[in-house]
Amino acid sequence: MSLRSPLSRVLGLGSAKEGVSHWWWQRITSIALVPLGVWFIYSVVRLLSGDHSTSIQWLRSPVQAALLISFSVTVFWHAFLGLQVVIEDYVHAEWLKVTSLMVLKMLLALLLVVTVLMIFQIFVSSSYA
Amino acid sequence: MVEFTLPRNSKIEKGREFPAAGGAGNPKSFDIYRWDPETEDNPRMDSYQLDLDSCGPMVLDALIKVKNETDPTLTFRRSCREGICGSCAMNIDGTNTLACTKAISEIKGAVKVYPLPHMPVVKDLVPDLTHFYAQYSAIKPWLQTKTPPPPDRERLQSKQERSSLDGLYECILCACCSTSCPSYWWNSDRYLGPATLLQAYRWIADSRDEATGDRLDDLEDPFRLYRCHTIMNCTRTCPKGLNPAKAIAEIKKLLVARR
Repeated sequence: MSLRSPLSRVLGLGSAKEGVSHWWWQRITSIALVPLGVWFIYSVVRLLSGDHSTSIQWLRSPVQAALLISFSVTVFWHAFLGLQVVIEDYVHAEWLKVTSLMVLKMLLALLLVVTVLMIFQIFVSSSYA
Repeated sequence: MVEFTLPRNSKIEKGREFPAAGGAGNPKSFDIYRWDPETEDNPRMDSYQLDLDSCGPMVLDALIKVKNETDPTLTFRRSCREGICGSCAMNIDGTNTLACTKAISEIKGAVKVYPLPHMPVVKDLVPDLTHFYAQYSAIKPWLQTKTPPPPDRERLQSKQERSSLDGLYECILCACCSTSCPSYWWNSDRYLGPATLLQAYRWIADSRDEATGDRLDDLEDPFRLYRCHTIMNCTRTCPKGLNPAKAIAEIKKLLVARR
């Protein structure tokens, strides 16, 4: 039971003065994913007809490697922004919300680091060829 | 967590049936949500059959007819009967709208009437709007200025400046839009909802107001404003044909523009 006024409940802790950059980056990453996504699907479809060494050879091109790293960074970033909203919308217990947001952020950061490292590894492996 | 099912004492049961008095020429069923806080009973759907030949054309006419002739315990809000007071907002035939401007003839089959969704119910079709009104008052819905008013006249506005309030000033705060919004259902404790945000934009867009920056500061919040995910239920349901989703988008654009 609380005797706080309805207005005091609404005003709460005040405005966080935040949210614009989340919203803006969500838009920027979605726009960037249009050309990057088309390029990614096109490349995957093209590589499907070749063998393993064709794909390795493809990734040794600096242009393709750079594009694939850009695509990965954008995808993971966009995924984090989106999943963050889902958690904030639906998870109401504060401890669970904060924990899931932290786990999500670390998980996606780890996956991104691993992805970029693997791309880089193949890219620099050209000297062995 | 979000509640996807109703708590046990809120589950709706089948209620009583009231057939039309002998020989109805043009019968129509009205299934109406009933809940009385003074009993321990669950909510129920009572079914009233009316003769449309002796009933006015709007859903509100039917509700008044039921209350006058069949069941005086039926509780609902109404006042102006012409879509300007917003009192009779309720969920009719699956959509939030005003009972006074919703024609019975538009509805196929039985007319299902519920209170506005996901709000605490006071009784029958009367929702508790305390929090909704507190949210409205939180955005300071009045003209704020630093410049003193001209001594000999009102504060002037060009015709063009005045026209930017069109589509905003017509809002009657019936709460149809806010209570149709899933984001408002899940997070109304912090999310202001489409009605309040449209009203906030009404003052941001007012050329005479001098508190635009403060107003934007107050809205810049992941929950107060950014729970809007452009679901657009608000615009689809507005009985006045307004577009709260667009007003919210304009606020978001201004917040980017001032960076």
